[in-house]
Amino acid sequence: MIRALAFLPVVVALGLGAFMLWGLTGDRDPSEIPSALMGQAVPAFELVGIEGMDGPGLSSSDITSASQPVVVNIFASWCAPCRQEHPLLETVAAIPGVSVFGINYRNEAFPARRWLGEMGNPFERIGADLDGRVSIEWGVTGVPETFVINGDGLIVYRHTGSLAEPGAFDMLKDAIAAAGAT
Amino acid sequence: MKRLFCILICLTFASQVIAVEPDEILSDPILEERAREISAGVRCVVCQNEPIDTSNASVAKDLRLLVRERLVAGDTNAEVEAFLVARYGEYVLFRPPFRAATYALWLAPALIFFIGLLAVIRVVRRPSSAPKVDALSPAEMERLSEIMQSKGEKNP
Repeated sequence: MIRALAFLPVVVALGLGAFMLWGLTGDRDPSEIPSALMGQAVPAFELVGIEGMDGPGLSSSDITSASQPVVVNIFASWCAPCRQEHPLLETVAAIPGVSVFGINYRNEAFPARRWLGEMGNPFERIGADLDGRVSIEWGVTGVPETFVINGDGLIVYRHTGSLAEPGAFDMLKDAIAAAGAT
Repeated sequence: MKRLFCILICLTFASQVIAVEPDEILSDPILEERAREISAGVRCVVCQNEPIDTSNASVAKDLRLLVRERLVAGDTNAEVEAFLVARYGEYVLFRPPFRAATYALWLAPALIFFIGLLAVIRVVRRPSSAPKVDALSPAEMERLSEIMQSKGEKNP
Protein backbone atom coordinates (compact mmCIF):
# COMPACT_ATOMS: atom_id res chain seq x y z
CA MET A 1 0.00 0.00 0.00
CA ILE A 2 2.74 2.45 1.07
CA ARG A 3 4.89 1.29 -1.84
CA ALA A 4 2.05 2.05 -4.26
CA LEU A 5 1.68 5.53 -2.75
CA ALA A 6 5.27 6.33 -3.74
CA PHE A 7 4.13 6.38 -7.38
CA LEU A 8 1.41 8.92 -6.64
CA PRO A 9 3.52 12.04 -7.46
CA VAL A 10 4.53 10.52 -10.81
CA VAL A 11 0.91 9.73 -11.64
CA VAL A 12 -0.19 13.25 -10.64
CA ALA A 13 2.61 14.86 -12.69
CA LEU A 14 1.80 12.75 -15.76
CA GLY A 15 -1.90 13.55 -15.39
CA LEU A 16 -1.23 17.28 -15.19
CA GLY A 17 1.15 17.07 -18.14
CA ALA A 18 -1.43 15.25 -20.25
CA PHE A 19 -4.07 17.85 -19.34
CA MET A 20 -1.79 20.73 -20.32
CA LEU A 21 -0.79 19.01 -23.56
CA TRP A 22 -4.50 18.61 -24.33
CA GLY A 23 -4.94 22.34 -23.69
CA LEU A 24 -2.21 23.26 -26.16
CA THR A 25 -3.27 21.00 -29.03
CA GLY A 26 -6.24 20.85 -31.33
CA ASP A 27 -8.38 23.93 -31.71
CA ARG A 28 -7.73 25.10 -28.16
CA ASP A 29 -5.38 28.00 -28.84
CA PRO A 30 -4.73 29.64 -25.44
CA SER A 31 -3.81 32.95 -27.09
CA GLU A 32 -7.07 33.13 -28.99
CA ILE A 33 -9.38 35.89 -27.83
CA PRO A 34 -12.96 34.69 -27.50
CA SER A 35 -15.47 36.81 -29.35
CA ALA A 36 -18.52 38.08 -27.53
CA LEU A 37 -20.31 38.89 -30.78
CA MET A 38 -20.56 35.40 -32.23
CA GLY A 39 -24.19 34.61 -33.03
CA GLN A 40 -25.20 38.16 -32.15
CA ALA A 41 -26.86 40.74 -34.35
CA VAL A 42 -24.74 43.31 -36.10
CA PRO A 43 -24.14 46.31 -33.79
CA ALA A 44 -25.99 49.48 -34.72
CA PHE A 45 -23.79 52.05 -36.42
CA GLU A 46 -23.71 54.52 -39.24
CA LEU A 47 -20.60 55.68 -41.04
CA VAL A 48 -20.04 58.08 -43.90
CA GLY A 49 -17.86 57.06 -46.81
CA ILE A 50 -14.21 57.93 -47.22
CA GLU A 51 -13.97 61.64 -48.01
CA GLY A 52 -13.38 62.26 -51.70
CA MET A 53 -14.51 58.81 -52.82
CA ASP A 54 -17.63 58.13 -54.87
CA GLY A 55 -18.66 55.02 -52.94
CA PRO A 56 -21.48 55.12 -50.38
CA GLY A 57 -20.95 54.96 -46.62
CA LEU A 58 -21.83 51.96 -44.50
CA SER A 59 -24.46 51.49 -41.82
CA SER A 60 -25.82 48.44 -39.99
CA SER A 61 -29.01 48.52 -42.08
CA ASP A 62 -26.91 47.98 -45.24
CA ILE A 63 -25.70 44.74 -43.69
CA THR A 64 -28.96 43.51 -42.17
CA SER A 65 -31.07 44.33 -45.22
CA ALA A 66 -28.92 42.08 -47.42
CA SER A 67 -30.48 38.64 -47.82
CA GLN A 68 -27.16 37.12 -48.80
CA PRO A 69 -24.04 36.58 -46.69
CA VAL A 70 -21.99 39.70 -46.07
CA VAL A 71 -18.27 39.86 -45.36
CA VAL A 72 -17.19 42.89 -43.34
CA ASN A 73 -13.48 43.62 -43.36
CA ILE A 74 -11.88 46.15 -41.06
CA PHE A 75 -8.77 47.60 -42.64
CA ALA A 76 -6.40 50.55 -42.71
CA SER A 77 -3.82 51.71 -45.21
CA TRP A 78 -1.17 51.77 -42.47
CA CYS A 79 -1.68 48.11 -41.66
CA ALA A 80 0.80 45.71 -43.26
CA PRO A 81 -1.24 42.47 -42.85
CA CYS A 82 -4.13 44.31 -44.59
CA ARG A 83 -1.94 44.73 -47.64
CA GLN A 84 -1.03 41.07 -47.45
CA GLU A 85 -4.65 39.85 -47.36
CA HIS A 86 -6.01 42.35 -49.88
CA PRO A 87 -5.88 40.08 -52.95
CA LEU A 88 -7.83 37.46 -51.00
CA LEU A 89 -10.62 39.97 -50.35
CA GLU A 90 -10.83 40.56 -54.08
CA THR A 91 -11.22 36.79 -54.51
CA VAL A 92 -14.04 36.84 -51.94
CA ALA A 93 -15.71 39.76 -53.74
CA ALA A 94 -15.73 37.68 -56.91
CA ILE A 95 -17.73 34.87 -55.25
CA PRO A 96 -21.31 35.17 -56.52
CA GLY A 97 -23.92 35.95 -53.88
CA VAL A 98 -21.52 37.56 -51.40
CA SER A 99 -21.26 41.26 -50.55
CA VAL A 100 -17.97 42.58 -49.23
CA PHE A 101 -18.15 45.72 -47.13
CA GLY A 102 -15.26 47.58 -45.54
CA ILE A 103 -14.73 49.61 -42.40
CA ASN A 104 -11.74 51.88 -42.76
CA TYR A 105 -10.23 51.99 -39.27
CA ARG A 106 -8.55 55.18 -38.03
CA ASN A 107 -7.40 56.18 -41.45
CA GLU A 108 -7.15 59.59 -43.03
CA ALA A 109 -8.97 59.99 -46.32
CA PHE A 110 -5.96 60.66 -48.52
CA PRO A 111 -3.83 57.60 -47.68
CA ALA A 112 -6.96 55.43 -47.69
CA ARG A 113 -7.95 56.63 -51.18
CA ARG A 114 -4.42 56.22 -52.48
CA TRP A 115 -4.18 52.72 -51.02
CA LEU A 116 -7.46 51.59 -52.59
CA GLY A 117 -6.45 53.18 -55.91
CA GLU A 118 -3.17 51.33 -55.87
CA MET A 119 -4.36 47.94 -54.55
CA GLY A 120 -7.84 47.82 -56.08
CA ASN A 121 -11.14 48.24 -54.28
CA PRO A 122 -13.01 45.01 -53.46
CA PHE A 123 -15.57 46.79 -51.27
CA GLU A 124 -19.13 47.55 -52.34
CA ARG A 125 -19.43 50.00 -49.50
CA ILE A 126 -16.86 51.51 -47.16
CA GLY A 127 -17.50 53.30 -43.89
CA ALA A 128 -14.80 55.60 -42.56
CA ASP A 129 -14.35 54.93 -38.84
CA LEU A 130 -12.14 57.91 -38.13
CA ASP A 131 -12.12 57.75 -34.33
CA GLY A 132 -12.34 53.95 -34.03
CA ARG A 133 -15.58 54.13 -32.08
CA VAL A 134 -17.64 51.91 -34.40
CA SER A 135 -14.86 49.32 -34.41
CA ILE A 136 -15.21 49.12 -30.61
CA GLU A 137 -18.88 48.28 -31.17
CA TRP A 138 -17.63 45.36 -33.26
CA GLY A 139 -15.25 44.29 -30.48
CA VAL A 140 -12.27 44.90 -32.73
CA THR A 141 -8.87 44.32 -31.14
CA GLY A 142 -6.77 45.37 -34.10
CA VAL A 143 -6.73 45.46 -37.87
CA PRO A 144 -7.33 43.51 -39.98
CA GLU A 145 -10.42 41.71 -38.79
CA THR A 146 -12.97 39.94 -40.92
CA PHE A 147 -16.56 39.08 -40.01
CA VAL A 148 -19.11 36.96 -41.84
CA ILE A 149 -22.77 37.91 -41.39
CA ASN A 150 -25.49 35.54 -42.54
CA GLY A 151 -28.70 36.44 -44.34
CA ASP A 152 -30.47 36.91 -40.98
CA GLY A 153 -28.04 39.65 -40.00
CA LEU A 154 -26.24 37.52 -37.37
CA ILE A 155 -22.47 37.44 -37.01
CA VAL A 156 -21.45 33.84 -37.68
CA TYR A 157 -17.70 34.02 -38.12
CA ARG A 158 -14.83 36.22 -37.11
CA HIS A 159 -11.17 36.16 -38.01
CA THR A 160 -8.61 38.39 -36.31
CA GLY A 161 -5.46 39.06 -38.28
CA SER A 162 -4.53 38.49 -41.89
CA LEU A 163 -6.57 36.12 -44.04
CA ALA A 164 -3.26 35.14 -45.62
CA GLU A 165 -2.38 33.18 -42.48
CA PRO A 166 -2.27 29.41 -43.11
CA GLY A 167 -5.76 27.95 -43.23
CA ALA A 168 -7.51 31.25 -42.54
CA PHE A 169 -8.85 31.76 -46.04
CA ASP A 170 -10.26 28.23 -46.27
CA MET A 171 -12.03 28.74 -42.95
CA LEU A 172 -13.47 32.03 -44.20
CA LYS A 173 -14.71 30.37 -47.40
CA ASP A 174 -16.29 27.56 -45.36
CA ALA A 175 -17.98 30.14 -43.13
CA ILE A 176 -19.32 32.01 -46.16
CA ALA A 177 -20.62 28.77 -47.67
CA ALA A 178 -22.28 27.84 -44.36
CA ALA A 179 -23.81 31.32 -44.05
CA GLY A 180 -25.15 31.10 -47.58
CA ALA A 181 -26.75 27.73 -46.91
CA THR A 182 -28.89 28.97 -44.02
CA MET B 1 23.49 52.29 -0.96
CA LYS B 2 20.58 54.25 0.40
CA ARG B 3 20.57 56.47 -2.66
CA LEU B 4 20.64 53.45 -4.97
CA PHE B 5 17.70 52.04 -3.08
CA CYS B 6 15.79 55.30 -3.52
CA ILE B 7 16.48 55.31 -7.24
CA LEU B 8 15.36 51.69 -7.54
CA ILE B 9 12.12 52.44 -5.72
CA CYS B 10 11.49 55.45 -7.94
CA LEU B 11 12.12 53.34 -11.03
CA THR B 12 9.72 50.68 -9.78
CA PHE B 13 6.95 53.22 -9.64
CA ALA B 14 8.08 54.89 -12.86
CA SER B 15 6.93 51.85 -14.82
CA GLN B 16 3.53 52.23 -13.20
CA VAL B 17 3.13 55.72 -14.59
CA ILE B 18 -0.21 55.78 -16.29
CA ALA B 19 -0.76 56.24 -19.98
CA VAL B 20 -3.72 58.54 -19.40
CA GLU B 21 -3.07 61.69 -21.35
CA PRO B 22 -3.91 65.15 -19.95
CA ASP B 23 -6.71 65.76 -22.44
CA GLU B 24 -8.41 62.52 -21.39
CA ILE B 25 -8.69 63.43 -17.71
CA LEU B 26 -12.15 64.45 -16.57
CA SER B 27 -12.60 67.74 -14.74
CA ASP B 28 -14.70 66.01 -12.06
CA PRO B 29 -12.15 64.34 -9.72
CA ILE B 30 -14.70 61.82 -8.40
CA LEU B 31 -15.64 60.63 -11.88
CA GLU B 32 -11.97 60.58 -12.87
CA GLU B 33 -11.20 58.46 -9.81
CA ARG B 34 -13.94 56.01 -10.83
CA ALA B 35 -12.67 55.99 -14.42
CA ARG B 36 -9.18 55.09 -13.17
CA GLU B 37 -10.62 52.39 -10.94
CA ILE B 38 -12.52 50.81 -13.83
CA SER B 39 -9.72 51.08 -16.37
CA ALA B 40 -7.26 49.44 -13.99
CA GLY B 41 -9.42 46.31 -14.19
CA VAL B 42 -10.02 46.31 -17.94
CA ARG B 43 -7.70 44.34 -20.17
CA CYS B 44 -6.15 46.07 -23.15
CA VAL B 45 -7.32 43.84 -25.98
CA VAL B 46 -4.15 44.42 -27.99
CA CYS B 47 -1.49 43.98 -25.31
CA GLN B 48 -3.65 41.46 -23.41
CA ASN B 49 -1.77 41.42 -20.12
CA GLU B 50 -1.85 45.13 -19.48
CA PRO B 51 -4.79 47.15 -18.21
CA ILE B 52 -6.04 49.93 -20.48
CA ASP B 53 -5.03 52.33 -17.73
CA THR B 54 -1.33 51.82 -18.45
CA SER B 55 -1.43 50.88 -22.11
CA ASN B 56 -0.36 53.19 -24.90
CA ALA B 57 -2.20 51.25 -27.60
CA SER B 58 -4.71 53.32 -29.55
CA VAL B 59 -7.54 50.89 -28.78
CA ALA B 60 -6.74 51.30 -25.08
CA LYS B 61 -6.94 55.06 -25.45
CA ASP B 62 -10.29 54.72 -27.24
CA LEU B 63 -11.56 52.49 -24.44
CA ARG B 64 -10.36 54.90 -21.75
CA LEU B 65 -12.24 57.70 -23.45
CA LEU B 66 -15.28 55.47 -23.80
CA VAL B 67 -15.22 54.58 -20.09
CA ARG B 68 -15.12 58.30 -19.22
CA GLU B 69 -17.87 59.08 -21.69
CA ARG B 70 -20.14 56.44 -20.15
CA LEU B 71 -19.42 57.74 -16.64
CA VAL B 72 -20.24 61.30 -17.66
CA ALA B 73 -23.46 59.99 -19.20
CA GLY B 74 -24.35 58.69 -15.73
CA ASP B 75 -23.51 54.98 -15.93
CA THR B 76 -22.55 53.11 -12.77
CA ASN B 77 -19.20 51.28 -12.69
CA ALA B 78 -21.02 47.99 -13.19
CA GLU B 79 -22.89 49.36 -16.21
CA VAL B 80 -19.65 50.53 -17.81
CA GLU B 81 -18.13 47.09 -17.29
CA ALA B 82 -21.25 45.42 -18.71
CA PHE B 83 -20.99 47.70 -21.75
CA LEU B 84 -17.43 46.54 -22.40
CA VAL B 85 -18.24 42.88 -21.70
CA ALA B 86 -21.07 43.02 -24.26
CA ARG B 87 -18.51 43.93 -26.93
CA TYR B 88 -15.35 42.14 -25.87
CA GLY B 89 -16.63 39.36 -23.62
CA GLU B 90 -15.71 38.64 -20.01
CA TYR B 91 -12.18 38.20 -21.23
CA VAL B 92 -11.87 41.99 -21.10
CA LEU B 93 -12.14 41.99 -17.29
CA PHE B 94 -9.11 41.04 -15.23
CA ARG B 95 -11.40 39.84 -12.41
CA PRO B 96 -13.72 37.19 -13.83
CA PRO B 97 -17.21 37.31 -12.29
CA PHE B 98 -18.14 34.68 -9.69
CA ARG B 99 -20.61 32.33 -11.37
CA ALA B 100 -21.08 28.64 -12.19
CA ALA B 101 -18.43 28.57 -14.94
CA THR B 102 -15.80 30.18 -12.71
CA TYR B 103 -16.46 28.38 -9.40
CA ALA B 104 -13.42 26.16 -9.95
CA LEU B 105 -11.26 29.20 -10.62
CA TRP B 106 -12.36 31.07 -7.50
CA LEU B 107 -12.73 28.17 -5.07
CA ALA B 108 -9.81 25.93 -6.04
CA PRO B 109 -7.16 27.96 -4.15
CA ALA B 110 -9.18 27.83 -0.90
CA LEU B 111 -9.86 24.12 -1.41
CA ILE B 112 -6.18 23.36 -2.02
CA PHE B 113 -5.25 25.44 1.03
CA PHE B 114 -7.60 23.44 3.27
CA ILE B 115 -6.36 20.12 1.90
CA GLY B 116 -2.84 21.28 2.74
CA LEU B 117 -3.92 22.46 6.17
CA LEU B 118 -5.55 19.09 6.92
CA ALA B 119 -2.38 17.30 5.82
CA VAL B 120 -0.24 19.48 8.09
CA ILE B 121 -2.59 18.93 11.05
CA ARG B 122 -2.49 15.19 10.54
CA VAL B 123 1.30 15.15 10.42
CA VAL B 124 1.65 17.34 13.50
CA ARG B 125 -0.83 15.37 15.59
CA ARG B 126 0.39 11.93 14.54
CA PRO B 127 1.77 10.04 17.63
CA SER B 128 5.56 10.02 17.61
CA SER B 129 7.13 6.84 16.25
CA ALA B 130 10.15 7.10 18.65
CA PRO B 131 10.23 4.28 21.28
CA LYS B 132 8.56 5.23 24.55
CA VAL B 133 10.77 5.56 27.63
CA ASP B 134 9.22 4.41 30.92
CA ALA B 135 9.76 6.37 34.09
CA LEU B 136 12.49 5.11 36.45
CA SER B 137 11.46 2.46 38.93
CA PRO B 138 12.07 3.15 42.70
CA ALA B 139 15.08 0.81 42.64
CA GLU B 140 16.62 2.69 39.75
CA MET B 141 15.98 6.04 41.49
CA GLU B 142 17.86 4.77 44.54
CA ARG B 143 20.78 3.60 42.43
CA LEU B 144 20.88 6.95 40.63
CA SER B 145 21.08 8.96 43.85
CA GLU B 146 23.84 6.63 45.04
CA ILE B 147 25.85 7.34 41.91
CA MET B 148 25.30 11.08 42.22
CA GLN B 149 26.40 11.06 45.84
CA SER B 150 29.49 8.96 45.23
CA LYS B 151 30.49 11.34 42.42
CA GLY B 152 30.11 14.31 44.80
CA GLU B 153 32.47 12.64 47.31
CA LYS B 154 35.14 11.92 44.76
CA ASN B 155 35.21 15.44 43.26
CA PRO B 156 34.57 17.96 46.03
